Amino acid sequence: MINNFRKNFKGAAIEGVTLFSALLIIAIVFVMFIVIFIGGKSQLSWEFLTSFPTEGMTKGGIFPAIYGTALLVIIMSIAAVPFGTITAIYLTEYAKENSIIAKTIRFAVRTLAVIPSIIYGLFGLGFFIKFVGTHVDNALYGGTLHWGQPNLLWASLTMALLTLPVVIVSVEEALKTVPQELRAASLALGATKWQTIYKVVLPGSVSGIMTGTILAVSRGAGEVAPILFTGAAYYLATLPGLGDQFMVLGYHIYVLTTQSANVDQTLPIQFGTTCVLLMLTFVLNMSAVILRYRIRKKKNN
Amino acid sequence: MTKKEKKGKKKKLSGLEKWQSERIDITQKKFRIGDYLAEKVIKGVAYLSIAIVFLIFVFVFRESFPIFNTTKPTTESKAIVKQDSQETYGAVTDNASTTQTQETYGAVSDSTEKTNVQETYGAVTDQSATIEQNALVGDSAKAINSSSDTYTVSAGSGSDDNRSALKSMATKEWVPVSANPRYGLLALILGTIKITFISLLFAAPLSILAALYVSVFANKRMKEIIKPTIELLAGFPSVVIGFFALMVLATFLQSVFHYETRLNSFVGGIAMGIAAIPIIFTITEDALTAVPKSFYEASLALGASKWQTAFFVILPAATPGIFAAILLGIGRVFGETMIALMATGNAAQMDLNPFASVRTLAATIGAEMAEVVFGDTHYNVLFLIGSLLFIFTFVINAVAEFYVKGKLMKRIQGK
Repeated sequence: MINNFRKNFKGAAIEGVTLFSALLIIAIVFVMFIVIFIGGKSQLSWEFLTSFPTEGMTKGGIFPAIYGTALLVIIMSIAAVPFGTITAIYLTEYAKENSIIAKTIRFAVRTLAVIPSIIYGLFGLGFFIKFVGTHVDNALYGGTLHWGQPNLLWASLTMALLTLPVVIVSVEEALKTVPQELRAASLALGATKWQTIYKVVLPGSVSGIMTGTILAVSRGAGEVAPILFTGAAYYLATLPGLGDQFMVLGYHIYVLTTQSANVDQTLPIQFGTTCVLLMLTFVLNMSAVILRYRIRKKKNN
Repeated sequence: MTKKEKKGKKKKLSGLEKWQSERIDITQKKFRIGDYLAEKVIKGVAYLSIAIVFLIFVFVFRESFPIFNTTKPTTESKAIVKQDSQETYGAVTDNASTTQTQETYGAVSDSTEKTNVQETYGAVTDQSATIEQNALVGDSAKAINSSSDTYTVSAGSGSDDNRSALKSMATKEWVPVSANPRYGLLALILGTIKITFISLLFAAPLSILAALYVSVFANKRMKEIIKPTIELLAGFPSVVIGFFALMVLATFLQSVFHYETRLNSFVGGIAMGIAAIPIIFTITEDALTAVPKSFYEASLALGASKWQTAFFVILPAATPGIFAAILLGIGRVFGETMIALMATGNAAQMDLNPFASVRTLAATIGAEMAEVVFGDTHYNVLFLIGSLLFIFTFVINAVAEFYVKGKLMKRIQGK
């Protein structure tokens, strides 16, 4: 009897420890969220979102940073989403599950997912700016510096590489939920493989492609390391074009917290910017999570 | 299919046969150029992802390659070096300085900010964290900013510079910008290992226990709360976690532990641990749920309690997966840049004390790449660090992928 009680108590205690760990993680998430939200709440206003920084960044809004972030993720998505979708289609529709080439591609995709983001920054600098950019300049502009310097295009493409695995994995997951019977039926009706993919499989996995895009956008909006030296700028008085440097929310936070002398003065702006960035990624992730759960439900049904 | 088509084309057909073959064509697949092209394009694009991994390594390593050129710098590379040294990335050019560069990338155009950036080279944000090393770095940064001549000299002097740079790598002094630059990586490597260790000590037990709770003990409702929340944590940008660590966590932990420097490897380690939790949790949880239900049922049928089953049956069965999770967590922390830049103090010192400031390899790249001259030895060394990081994460991923997965499958299938 006593032995039994002890056993139960021990079991409950051990279960409690695991529960505590889970709750602690959740608590960390909520504390971070709440602290940043409360810190930035007073700053959040329409004016803050739509005006330029003033008085040496100590006042004003963050509009150029929002604009830069939006441009960055749009160009990034244009590059990454088709690329990732096509790769996912190859992996699920064309490649044999256990062929060496499919395994190699999967390994490459996972490697892309674990390479530190700073390495992408170095790659963007070494490949896009120093190699591609310089060669384009030499060919088109007679050597004058135009594309061989950090700008929005190179930063977006660097970011596209970083977010590629995210897109591939989500789209692949969605493609797998399209029932095999649909494919078979389409083929049996005389459609070719490409027609089947284009008209049956892809429409069935639109939500998966959307999930991938949303996750990629959220990742791209938050990452700073890859654009540290491929195009992000501290302050710009004008809105950027494709060949210009640009301001980004994440880099703005980094610069304000570490590179400016009057950190205390800009503290409200820092909290405000962080809050905006966190809200943005939170909303994006939330919708991705909901979409993904719906896909999984569909799969289980 | 294609073979059959080829055969069909080769044959010369009589009228009746032609009619028959046409009839058969309706049921057989015809060669369609659109389909063929689509397949080839899709294949080609898919292969590109392999090419990208390869390209990343090649181009990161390519930029670091001149450092190994200790014998004779070819005239060509010298010319490139000289030409490149005209560009200073992210450098702040004081109007009074002799810098002749037209392009200052990431430069500050606002004159009021100039002085600020100049003085915070190597980014120490915290006033209380005034460590000697920082002052040293700060001073040398100023020296470089005021006279760009030293850059040109060091960039042009090629082989001797590289030789001394290579030699100095095994030392512990990281003083890249000075008249006598030293590129000792030991302090940086030690700092990175120290911070990785601290963050794993924090994140690994927490996430493994949480994963165990979710996969064994939790009811469906708890599962539906915990899993999405941790997925949300995975979506937190690292710069936000870094900001939180810098502004809130550092102050909080200092008031609890009463250590001297506010930003140190402990704070950075905890913050990076937070970033690594989702990775470790997700992979561990996958490994735990992959353990067959029969293991669980057999254990319960033999009279073991739930927690005994969890700890002595399911956890051991999933060990390789947990190992993989920890490995990938290490990979994440090792390459984490923004948190390291913001919350670790950024002082390269050989010190095992967890409450001392550290500088990691990735943070060094992030902090200094924007200020170096193209083609300079310092630039090459930073790319070399990048190559090291790449190789390290690549190996970690390969081990996690092949070795661990093979073992896990074997164990679960009971072979």
